[in-house]
Amino acid sequence: MTRALLPIACILTLCSAVPALRGQQPPAAREPAPQQQSQVDLIIGGRIGARPTFAVPDCLAPAADEALAGAARTIAEVLWNDLEFEREFRMMARDTYDSIPRARTLEAIPYDRWLELGVDGVVSCQVEAAGDGRLRLTARLFNTRSRSSAFGVEYSGSTGNLRLYAHQLSDEIHRQQRGLRGVARTKIAFVSDRDSESVLGLVEDRQTKEIYFADYDGVNVQRVTVSRSLNTNPQWGGDGQAIAYTSWRRGAQDVFVSYIFEGRLASPAGGSRHVHNWLPAWSPDGSQLAFTSNRDGNPELYIANADGTDVRRLTTHPGIDTTPTWSPQGHQIAFTSDRTGSPQIYVIGVDGTGLRRITFESYCDRPTWSPAPYNEIAYSSRTGPGHDIKVVDLATNEVRQLTFGQGSNESPSYSPNGRHLAFTSTRGDGSKQIWLIGRDGRGLRRLTSQGNNEMPSWSQ
Amino acid sequence: MFSWKNFCVRVVPVVFLCGLVSLACTRNPPPEAPPDTPPLPPTVLDNVPDPPEPPVEPEPPPPPPPVIEPEEELVTRSLEELNQDSPLQPVFFAYDSAEIDAASRRVLDQNAEVLRRNPNWIITIEGHCDERGTAEYNLALGERRAVAARQYLQDLGLAADRLRTVSYGKEFPFDPGHDEAAWRQNRRAHMVISEQ
Repeated sequence: MTRALLPIACILTLCSAVPALRGQQPPAAREPAPQQQSQVDLIIGGRIGARPTFAVPDCLAPAADEALAGAARTIAEVLWNDLEFEREFRMMARDTYDSIPRARTLEAIPYDRWLELGVDGVVSCQVEAAGDGRLRLTARLFNTRSRSSAFGVEYSGSTGNLRLYAHQLSDEIHRQQRGLRGVARTKIAFVSDRDSESVLGLVEDRQTKEIYFADYDGVNVQRVTVSRSLNTNPQWGGDGQAIAYTSWRRGAQDVFVSYIFEGRLASPAGGSRHVHNWLPAWSPDGSQLAFTSNRDGNPELYIANADGTDVRRLTTHPGIDTTPTWSPQGHQIAFTSDRTGSPQIYVIGVDGTGLRRITFESYCDRPTWSPAPYNEIAYSSRTGPGHDIKVVDLATNEVRQLTFGQGSNESPSYSPNGRHLAFTSTRGDGSKQIWLIGRDGRGLRRLTSQGNNEMPSWSQ
Repeated sequence: MFSWKNFCVRVVPVVFLCGLVSLACTRNPPPEAPPDTPPLPPTVLDNVPDPPEPPVEPEPPPPPPPVIEPEEELVTRSLEELNQDSPLQPVFFAYDSAEIDAASRRVLDQNAEVLRRNPNWIITIEGHCDERGTAEYNLALGERRAVAARQYLQDLGLAADRLRTVSYGKEFPFDPGHDEAAWRQNRRAHMVISEQ
């Protein structure tokens, strides 16, 4: 009975969440006005050898409208944070340009004042009511040296998620100015005990862990599972529509997929009382899942189509083979094996050929293959009492370490542009939290704080 | 021919009768003609008290109550109560090992005895790990620990379908501490009764 009801309860919750999620579709964008400047003016540079300095003053808003004034401030603040995150621009702190008089119109930029502060680019934006409770954001990026507009865009949409306007604008500025795929509109799924309840159907009082996701900056947390059980290892599908994970909702561990916008739950690996499956990993095109299974007696790796058909065995070794991750082209899988006595990272072709060992350390797990253009694998490595995040470059076999013994650091996951990693760390107060760090080891920041949060998975 | 005798016999009774009749007519006038209005519908009165019950005949005195044997009190214990008494002992493992050592074998021998005495029990063997390993690898290690304990019990002749397994990795530590004493408690195959 309980088993039958749980998926339904899950589906109901998901359904109720769908409108909110759907409300986050990107606002409709209009093409910017035709630009007259040369390409040189359009790409804002900094002084020689330095990143360009950008400023984002509050957007303009009708004076009488408090809601719009709030939106104007929120959008500017979030945009500043989004632009800061990629570290492509030096972001001038917002309180340093309080003295600069607010522009009366979008185009009336006090260029001289900005140049005095050393600002190379200014984002000028304006929010207006667009009728039917909708919002219109008009934004321009001005080059203070050429005194011309480098970029312009206009969005309109609901007022449900103001941060999305800033996220989309940030992604477009990164693309237009730096040819970079920003991550401001990506999500991070994770495991949390923040709504901890007692697990159903157990003798001991054990606390549930459920799957959640948030915007890349930790805001807008949404719950995915409501199974009153243990759920771990979430993995975003390539199209952002599905999250695969390990769940104990039917007793033993099995692989489940929540199609979050449909409210549909699937268990493609075909678990049962005696067949256990865990640690799913999507192929880059989302058509297949690799996972660990005990179906032949020993933890081995298997690959199946996303709908559960065509299950095939990938590894054959009496040791443990687990924790798969796909190469960006989908031709190879990196995984953890203890076939030499301790867990180490290996790579194998999806056809089962070409096995090679990657790490030679004391204990390594959770390999995570970077997206292109980087060709590296992040993993957690025992470095003392705990673990640290390391990255091995597959071309040179060079290993670089990103964390250094502050707490234990596990479960790295790459951002879709490969420039950042999310991971679990017990640094600080000892609780498990999600942290982000650049692939160069810089830009550490904490993402979560409520309860324990672990095992991040960054969406595409 | 008038004769008093005839008069008396024939007339007096008639007059007397007439007088009687007229008397009677005066005291009981004939019923009046019914009025033009239709008759009222019959009224049902609710509040008329019921006629008194006829007196009840006194019952004969009841027979003395039979002496009923109290029903046997069945010993019912929920799975939860059963498990709280931990009739099955856990076995513990060395770090990063799923090996059943001599001490574990003794415990599993005893558990097998308990299971033979309770042939209806189906148990779940939970594999657990300490926090030092990674969360992901520990799921496989916990699976191996559960399977190792299960294999030993199967080798003792217990039916495989009475022995379920599950791995919880390091997700449900028994001792939340961060030292060897806690870790030793957490590297275990823990056995609970799932069906009886």
